[in-house]
Amino acid sequence: MSKKVVVLGEAREGALRNVSLEAIAAAKTVAGGGEIVGLLFGDTVQTLGEEMIKYGADRVVTVEHPHLKHYTSDGFGQAFMAVYEQEKPEAIVFGHTALGKDLSPKIASKLASGLVSDVTAIEGEGDDAVFVRPIYSGKAFEKVKNKDGLLFITVRPNNIEPLAKDDSRSGDVSSISVDITNLRSVISEVVRKSTEGVDLSEAKVVVAGGRGVKSAEGFAPLEELAQLLGGAVGASRGACDADYCDYSLQIGQTGKVVTPDLYIAAGISGAIQHMAGMSNSKVIVAINKDPEANIFKVADYGIVGDLFEVIPMMIEEIKKIKTN
Amino acid sequence: MNIYALVKRTFDTEERIAVSNGKIVEDGAEFIINPYDEYAIEEAIQVRDEHGGEVTVITIGDEEAEKQLRTALAMGADKAVLINTEDDLDEMDEFSAAKIIAEYLKDKKADLILAGNVAIDGGSGQVGPRVAELLGINYITTITNLEIDGTSVKIIRDVEGDSETIETSLPLLVTAQQGLNEPRYPSLPGIMKAKKKPLEELELDDLDLDEDDVEAKTETIEIYLPPQKSAGRILEGDLSNQVKELVDLLNKEAKVL
Repeated sequence: MSKKVVVLGEAREGALRNVSLEAIAAAKTVAGGGEIVGLLFGDTVQTLGEEMIKYGADRVVTVEHPHLKHYTSDGFGQAFMAVYEQEKPEAIVFGHTALGKDLSPKIASKLASGLVSDVTAIEGEGDDAVFVRPIYSGKAFEKVKNKDGLLFITVRPNNIEPLAKDDSRSGDVSSISVDITNLRSVISEVVRKSTEGVDLSEAKVVVAGGRGVKSAEGFAPLEELAQLLGGAVGASRGACDADYCDYSLQIGQTGKVVTPDLYIAAGISGAIQHMAGMSNSKVIVAINKDPEANIFKVADYGIVGDLFEVIPMMIEEIKKIKTN
Repeated sequence: MNIYALVKRTFDTEERIAVSNGKIVEDGAEFIINPYDEYAIEEAIQVRDEHGGEVTVITIGDEEAEKQLRTALAMGADKAVLINTEDDLDEMDEFSAAKIIAEYLKDKKADLILAGNVAIDGGSGQVGPRVAELLGINYITTITNLEIDGTSVKIIRDVEGDSETIETSLPLLVTAQQGLNEPRYPSLPGIMKAKKKPLEELELDDLDLDEDDVEAKTETIEIYLPPQKSAGRILEGDLSNQVKELVDLLNKEAKVL
């Protein structure tokens, strides 16, 4: 049986996030030929509707309201429920982002539905779809099925390939008006700490430092390399505990789990807790002075050497390639 | 203030995971309080010490989970509740867990409920917000700072590395992110005292719940280990040549540049 699926699109700095395109691809798989309806909530999001359609949504419903400028679970919850009542979908797909993680359990609870969080792959289609998700921070995986009723999943960034953009696709972008009231949380300040707008969990390249980075200043070459590759900087718990960087950068069993195309571990020994947060990366490079370091066991390529020599050389070499 | 902390017993982070007959092998493994829940317990104790009141820690599980509850009591919590589902439920999911906890909490007039933002085993991070929704109270996830003044609450939360300052009010459920505090180790007197603190054990029946009320909405059909990575290449030779070779491999072989 085909399913009507709603997909929540998320904007970051005025553009649709990549994970939202991945969510549309996931929706396509679970829809089994059914209609895909993109959803956009915010103060001005109308213009992003067409983008969702070009990436596979059949049509888009937006809710615009000044109270939706910043995400709150109350505001977005009200917007979502209004659309839900209108559309009566059989499946829901969100990105497993800060917003998706915060909002999805509320909606699932309201609808008394199951929720398969942090999906990294989908096997089968439509009613037969089985969802693969990491457990024990990626040390194992489980396959989960929805028993019956509404299907609700969140998809982890960087794991499901978006559909190819098709500029010839067109569809209806409509808006519904929702009275957003009684917000119990008010956001009074947002401090951006993330580098250059590249979110760690969504980055295609992560350059991570450990105790071997030795100081907060020691992260400078890592930041330069990350910027050159359009990636983000991460860290091991050791580096965070030593105050070389903010805990928001921590990758591991506690901290963030990342699966970039390229993970460069510099001065990281490779404690089991750290590996849990990065071992599913597609290509891993390890740079460490200690040839016995555990990180070499999961690395695709390793250099035994001082990161403060190796990273600047890498930057030079990569610049050569980029200019050619 | 009436404070609750939601706690889960999980594998020690040092444990290697093995799978046998489609299940995670638990024999001989060390178990701990989920690390994020430790932040929740610590914060609960600090809030009580500043504002007065009582901290109750709650878990769902079997008798084995008593150990983690005693640890929380030894840290300084006042009371513990074990909702023992061993005889009633073979399978549960986040829907089931949230329903059970909310059913326990619904008439407790909680001012503040704290939980970890995610458990390091299942990793879904659903139960906290689901419980808040069932109780009809507000929630804030992944918090790194909490200030309470009367019923006003000021929170800083981590949003993918950025930080948001939020003004809200009690009653409230919050989920803890790393950086919220430094959880204490139980002291020896704490451990002695914990043995005498009240630990209540309940079953679904005591909450007027049937198995059907909390039947899981999702089903795990397989558990498996990720494919073993074969050992990679350690480059050799002069360091600058190694770097050249590495960049070349990343560009042409791995195609990730």
